[in-house]
Amino acid sequence: MNRLLLNKVVLVLSTLSALIGIGFLFWILITLTYKGVASIQLSTFTHDLVEGGIRNLLVGQFTMALLATFIAVPLGVLAGIYLREYGEASKMTSVIRSLSDVMTSAPSIVIGVFVFALMVEPFGTFNGWAGVVALAIMMVPIIIGTTDNMLALVPKELREAGIALGGSKKQVIMQIVLKAAKVGVTTGILLSFARIIGETAPLLFTSANNQFFSMDLTDQFPSLTVSIYNLATYPDEASRELAWAASFILTAIVLFINLVGRYVTRHKK
Amino acid sequence: MAKEDIQAVMEVKDLSFTYPEAPGPTLKKNNLSIYKNKITALIGPSGCGKSTLLRAMNRIHDLYPGCQYGGKIELLNPKTGQMENLLDLKKENELIGLRQRVGMIFQKPTPFPMSIYDNVAYGLRLSGLKNKSELDGRVEKALKDAAIWKEAKERLKDSALGLSGGQQQRLCIARSVALKPEVLLFDEPTSALDPISTAAIEELITELKKDITVAIVTHNMQQASRLSDYTTFMYLGDIIEFDKTEKIFVNPSVKLTEEYITGRFG
Repeated sequence: MNRLLLNKVVLVLSTLSALIGIGFLFWILITLTYKGVASIQLSTFTHDLVEGGIRNLLVGQFTMALLATFIAVPLGVLAGIYLREYGEASKMTSVIRSLSDVMTSAPSIVIGVFVFALMVEPFGTFNGWAGVVALAIMMVPIIIGTTDNMLALVPKELREAGIALGGSKKQVIMQIVLKAAKVGVTTGILLSFARIIGETAPLLFTSANNQFFSMDLTDQFPSLTVSIYNLATYPDEASRELAWAASFILTAIVLFINLVGRYVTRHKK
Repeated sequence: MAKEDIQAVMEVKDLSFTYPEAPGPTLKKNNLSIYKNKITALIGPSGCGKSTLLRAMNRIHDLYPGCQYGGKIELLNPKTGQMENLLDLKKENELIGLRQRVGMIFQKPTPFPMSIYDNVAYGLRLSGLKNKSELDGRVEKALKDAAIWKEAKERLKDSALGLSGGQQQRLCIARSVALKPEVLLFDEPTSALDPISTAAIEELITELKKDITVAIVTHNMQQASRLSDYTTFMYLGDIIEFDKTEKIFVNPSVKLTEEYITGRFG
């Protein structure tokens, strides 16, 4: 009797908790869609922030995120390879591995402050490169983690088979092991991209923001997320509507990248 | 027994082997000959060291740092006719050369995530073969030698991961045979396969011994007696008995061998 009662209590409690969580998620999504879609016009995509659109912001955000990806992918993947394939015997490996794990959950604002001190203060101006580096710093530990884990899933027999056919360690890693782990590593990169594309804190005082269209990374650089942060606090209705529109578009982008990531994992195995 | 023309391709002399951070050696003063164009089976209960011994013969252990060898493993150099100690090899290049001469097939089939053709061409390309038509010829020959050409010829460009387990294992054998090795080491090659695939692999190994010397680790006593010309019985890191397979299975000299073969322990 007692067991059955306990079972019911736990069932009710966990269902309730799940409903509350999902409820909030849908509340956010529905509000966002409702307010966002209503605020989107064609001019939202064709005009820059100074004229009430987000064209320059989208371009700026993607430029920084893509450049960060170009920096972070080789660093992260190579470091992951080192940890799993070469560092096994070294005592440093577990230290680096746990440090990298800690970095994954480091508050992004701290990374922003660090890059501010490193790349903004000395030059006396906010600049796009600082934003790129801050985003790259956020990405690297995520990519290290997924690469490391995905390589661990490759059976050691596959490495041995490559070695037994006369491959060098380097050839076996680059031509066989990495190929076997390709889907997982790619998914990790996609998900880390989805993670940083929506970041505000690392950009807030590195690249800051720019109302105008700009491709000059040595100066203040347009950012979608920082703009949302700014626009949402403005008193006028137009600004707030634009903030809703931008939030909706950003959410749609992140959702899309996540879905692509999931699709790749499921269908390329 | 009529006198046969036998020549040792490999001589294991007083070989001992210790895994990194193991309390003691896994192999203790092993002595064994691997004869040319013969099949030598290594049998014994789990943990007796037979796989460890096999994996020493192409130095695959060296993939993991900290392994210690003692004694000698001599390999016949077909050019000079001299025996050369393969434990003397130090540089990566020398070890790569050794593994091209002494190939290895594993328990689980290990197809690479690439096409059937590229799997077989992999070792050939590593060894520096680039000419397309020569490569095509060697791949076809290897697939035929491994008795998988019929099943594979229409789908050479398809992923090797789509083959069945038995086909994958034959592909792995083709991949090794393509390099024209002098010795092939089989580490329980059929223990993950069904009986029909097992029979195909056994037939294949028997075919292969015309050109290649074979050493095979097996848990299956029937397999050892069916396939091999020589059998080595190992126990707790020692070679207890090494002789012709008929002798080992019909009239073993050591009581322990007899007890193992008749299934009284193991």
